Amino acid sequence: MGLSLTRAAQWTTASSGTGTLVFTPMNESLLKGILHFVEQFDSQHSQEANHVFEEPLQWSTHLVASDFKTDYDFSDSDVHSQEKDIEGHPLLQFSPPTVYVRSFSQLSKLVHLASDKKLEEVRACLEENREPVVKILGTTFAAILEGEDPYSDLRHLIDKEEDPGEDLDVKVKLFHLIHDMDKQLLRELLKEISEQVGLDPTAVKNEVELLKRFCSEGEKRVLKSVRYTSDYEFSNGCRAPLWRQIHGEMCYLVIEPCDTETLCVTCSRAGVFLNGGLNQEGDENAYERTSDTYRDLVTLLKSRSPHFAENINKEDFAVQELPSTQKIQHVESVDAEEQGQPQRSYEQQEKNVHEKPRQQHTLNKAGGEKKYEPCPRWKDLSLVSACGKAEGKKLRKSSGEEKSGEIQKKKLGAGAKSKMKAEFSVSSLPGRLSSLKIKTPAGGMPVDVFSESSSESEEEEEQPERRPESNTDLPSEYWQIQKLVKYLKGGDQTATVLTLCAMMDFNLMQETCQLAIRDVGGLEVLINLLDTDEVKCKIGSLKILRKISHNLQIRRAIVDMGGLQSIVRILDSTVKDLKALAAETIANVARFRRARRAVRQYGGIKKLVKLLDCVPNLASLTEKQEKDVEVARCGALALWSCSKSTKNKEAIRKAGGIPLLGRLLKSPHENMLIPVVGTLQECASEESYRIAIQTEGMIKDLVKNLSSDNDKLQMHCASAIFKCAEDKQTRDLVRLYKGLQPLALLLKKASNKQLLAAATGAIWKCSISMENVAKFQEYKALETLVGLLTNQPEEVLVNVVGALGEFAQIPANKATIRKCGGIKPLVNLLTGTNQALLVNVTKAVGACATDKENMAIIDQLDGVRLVWSLLKNPSADVQSSAAWALCPCIENAKDAGEMVRSLVGGLELIVNLLKSTNNEVLASICAAIAKIAKDKENLAVLTDHGVVPLLAKLTNTTDDRLRRHLAQAIGHCCMWGSNRASFGEAGAVAPLVRYLKSKDSSVHQSTAMALYQLSKDPNNCITMHEKAVVKPLIHIMGSDDEMLQEAAAGCVRNIRLLALANRKARLFN
Amino acid sequence: MSEMSAMNRKLIQTLAETISKQVEHFNKTEVACLIREFDVLLGEPTVPGRAASGLDRGRFRSILHNSFGMTDDMIMDGVFRTFDKDNDGFISMKEWIEGLSVFLRGTLDEKIKYCFHVYDLNGDNYISREEMFHMLKNSLIRQPTEEDPDEGIKDLVEITLKKMDHDHDGRLSFADFENAVREENLLLEAFGTCLPDTAGIEIFEQHVFQDQLDQW
Repeated sequence: MGLSLTRAAQWTTASSGTGTLVFTPMNESLLKGILHFVEQFDSQHSQEANHVFEEPLQWSTHLVASDFKTDYDFSDSDVHSQEKDIEGHPLLQFSPPTVYVRSFSQLSKLVHLASDKKLEEVRACLEENREPVVKILGTTFAAILEGEDPYSDLRHLIDKEEDPGEDLDVKVKLFHLIHDMDKQLLRELLKEISEQVGLDPTAVKNEVELLKRFCSEGEKRVLKSVRYTSDYEFSNGCRAPLWRQIHGEMCYLVIEPCDTETLCVTCSRAGVFLNGGLNQEGDENAYERTSDTYRDLVTLLKSRSPHFAENINKEDFAVQELPSTQKIQHVESVDAEEQGQPQRSYEQQEKNVHEKPRQQHTLNKAGGEKKYEPCPRWKDLSLVSACGKAEGKKLRKSSGEEKSGEIQKKKLGAGAKSKMKAEFSVSSLPGRLSSLKIKTPAGGMPVDVFSESSSESEEEEEQPERRPESNTDLPSEYWQIQKLVKYLKGGDQTATVLTLCAMMDFNLMQETCQLAIRDVGGLEVLINLLDTDEVKCKIGSLKILRKISHNLQIRRAIVDMGGLQSIVRILDSTVKDLKALAAETIANVARFRRARRAVRQYGGIKKLVKLLDCVPNLASLTEKQEKDVEVARCGALALWSCSKSTKNKEAIRKAGGIPLLGRLLKSPHENMLIPVVGTLQECASEESYRIAIQTEGMIKDLVKNLSSDNDKLQMHCASAIFKCAEDKQTRDLVRLYKGLQPLALLLKKASNKQLLAAATGAIWKCSISMENVAKFQEYKALETLVGLLTNQPEEVLVNVVGALGEFAQIPANKATIRKCGGIKPLVNLLTGTNQALLVNVTKAVGACATDKENMAIIDQLDGVRLVWSLLKNPSADVQSSAAWALCPCIENAKDAGEMVRSLVGGLELIVNLLKSTNNEVLASICAAIAKIAKDKENLAVLTDHGVVPLLAKLTNTTDDRLRRHLAQAIGHCCMWGSNRASFGEAGAVAPLVRYLKSKDSSVHQSTAMALYQLSKDPNNCITMHEKAVVKPLIHIMGSDDEMLQEAAAGCVRNIRLLALANRKARLFN
Repeated sequence: MSEMSAMNRKLIQTLAETISKQVEHFNKTEVACLIREFDVLLGEPTVPGRAASGLDRGRFRSILHNSFGMTDDMIMDGVFRTFDKDNDGFISMKEWIEGLSVFLRGTLDEKIKYCFHVYDLNGDNYISREEMFHMLKNSLIRQPTEEDPDEGIKDLVEITLKKMDHDHDGRLSFADFENAVREENLLLEAFGTCLPDTAGIEIFEQHVFQDQLDQW
């Protein structure tokens, strides 16, 4: 609100006062963030929400008086809130078109009222209140918020205040809330921006380093000095304050040329430009741009300082040297900047092999541009160094390592390989942004290949690389590891094993070591070792790989280098240690989709499943069998990772994995059970697995392990049951094996949210069977569940509410929910945004509403309006669920007709939903219409909104569920005016007659009723008769259901009466 | 001749029975097979009571080389030294069978002792820096550019000492070695391959136990 608004938002005019927010994606997300904050505010911080603002926020609103509901006082055209402050001013005052709001609770109510115009309201409010924080908290607080160190300033202020009353307390809390939101908004925006195009901090850093070298040459110097304004560097490589980074600015420089005045330069992602004299941070106006934007520092300096422009060309020879060493630094991917001297000398000694590629770059480049520009061109540089990296890699492989030929072939292989190369090169460049990734493939890579890789944005796939903040002081481990890798490359078997053992002594779980191994080329060597015949080398290599593969970048690098293929191949080895280690490494590597796919494509799933096959009797084991069990455990771990891909689940099943997993499920060891149950739980999303889990008798073991004392195991078991208990037989089995009590007991572990989510999920699904609900009642599960309705994460809430919906199918439970105070939190949840949660909440509210006393509470809490407004939710599931919930609400509310009428626009909304294409939505809306139409006045409104033709249009459906409710709706809508005739004219009668042929008897019932109503119009009788309605009706008259009998008979009577009248008339004539 | 061979067979059976009671890991039949193999390798039948004779260094080294693919002279000498318990320069039949019992089927404990003995070149019950250097001498590709071509080896020795020398006396005692190997099994053959790999064992056993049984 504070910083993010005043500084980050893009206004049309720079001057403060008036001005409008530009329609940019950034503003849009900013607004959404604020809107979300305001919406949640009332429910989350009720005390702070009632705090009265220093000054009212005022703006001209789109709302009209009629939008305000019963809670408000109306006088003339003005509206006042009932809530008043101490002096008696209403907290909300509306005199069209201006609205004055004085508290957050009013603000969030207003936003709810504005419903789909929420965003416009927030926009208008912000546009007309350019400094909302000042108005909310007063100037002192607002000043602190914008200051450098808000918290300590705040403390000063509190100390100074003589009267630290409750008011101040609330104010401080409010201040914290706003401050937090502010920070979060900024951070999110920053994340968005950092994904956009342009220069990057590394490139700027390199150029600054380059320029600094020009300063130091005494007589011949080109520049006097170059320095940053700030010494503090953020983790992303920028030095600009966060709120400036929003604008894409990275750092500020002060450059003293030899001939002109000192230049203050801003380096932003869009380019570099002069600023308003920013020497030290602080002065706001200093950030403003005062020159054109240049693509890089050298170009800017050339245009500003003739001396620089003249001398820089003389420096060409020196400069040529510099960028190329820099490039080599890229090639080695050692460190993008500022290397220590010793390393460089090492580089040169070691890597003279790279002379060739280096020359190649220079040639390549020279071919493109006549003169070698002294400045490293950002994009060119990164591209050149990207392919430099790839080439360097190739070269390194061919120099010395075994099997270089194969790798080279791989490199030169088909498109897939070129993708591999490109991806690797991109990922290896420090600080590169994803936008550049889009540029790389343009350099000749097939587009479809690229799109394939970019589609893997899921999970951990696309995170930008992190780099240690400062590269100047590399940890000592780095040099030690570099030395060891050197020995690995040049050692025989014995030396290799010794070196590997020495490497294991490093803390391989530490990122520095992990990345050091990769950066000095150790990963290639380790992977190459996997393809040798030396068992000990392979074991050593895998022991290291399984550790460092906990790092995401290492995982990706392993896959990119084709290491997964070698690891999968090792699964066939006869050495058990090797198999176990390979499987364990796969378990780590296969955490992202591309890796999982690779495992499958190399035939790894089959091999892993084979590992599971160990001695069935797991009780007493010989040493050899113990090894087998360990291999199986590692296999299960790997399968667990792999099973996160649907195709792998299928592959595991085809390879015969399910019975083997079932056998391992009988193991007494937790470390075996966790991966096994984890895999099963993951796979239980597939129908085939759910059936197998049930038929192979695994439910019993799953239930048994619910009582384990390991939280993780309990969680996986519960979540397996959660997924499987969709099936009735499974639910019965859970009860049979006495699984319900341990599930209910798990509710007590409320501190472990994952476990709680799994347990409540299992309870929800199990409670679909009423016998289970009865059991749960014995364990007082319902009371506990109601207690979980507040202060829980959404994953838990969805399940808790789902369970309540099922529990409430039993009348006694409805009262229990009320008595435990469950109605209010349920109704409160109706304001949420999570669709899965809303579906369950509406269902639960609907189930509760079937009880009159509950309904009274719901009505009092304005729950019906909330449910009704969910009809506007974009999700069809939410729409239908809300509509179903409305039916009992309307049925049981006192004075339902009046209540429905009070919802402005509600009936129109309902009628419009008849245009939905989703049958479930249509059925639910028809059911709701049938209830609404019982009130004549409302039926009249429905008719005005054109309900008749819309219903008639739906009659051709073949969906029995829809037919049933549609017929009901038609039956009830006949009661008004000429609706009967209108239905006939709209052609609704003939299709209805066909409904009688349906196999669903509930369709017959509602159809017979509808036909009875329609038959009161003679024309309809004629149509019915033509469509041969009489025979099925007579058949239906024989039903046991009296209502049905009566309706059918009534209809036949009407037809008969018409026929008689007709005959009489004919006789008479 | 057949009488001879029948008597011979009987003798071998008795001998095998006695030895198999003294040596771990082999049963009587297997011992008998090993005796026969020993005879074949020696080129003359062994008859009890005769002056002790056995495989000399050269013959033993060629067995190690041909059957188990060992190449390093120093290590092969070490293996010979370890087999030749009485230090008489010959490997007697008993030494042969006892040695192979560890060599082919030894437990980890036995192998640790065996390897330590192989690596303890001068038999002083310590593996010194010099001994390590000696054994690792050829394990790194020499960098002609470096001033001291042995620098890498020396460094490797220091790294290894740092890892294995628990009592910090600058040399490896048996306890040091044992501890290190128990901690990390890969260090069993830290200074050179002196045990056959699984495939090698399989081929040798197949040859000695199966094929010979078929012949007889």
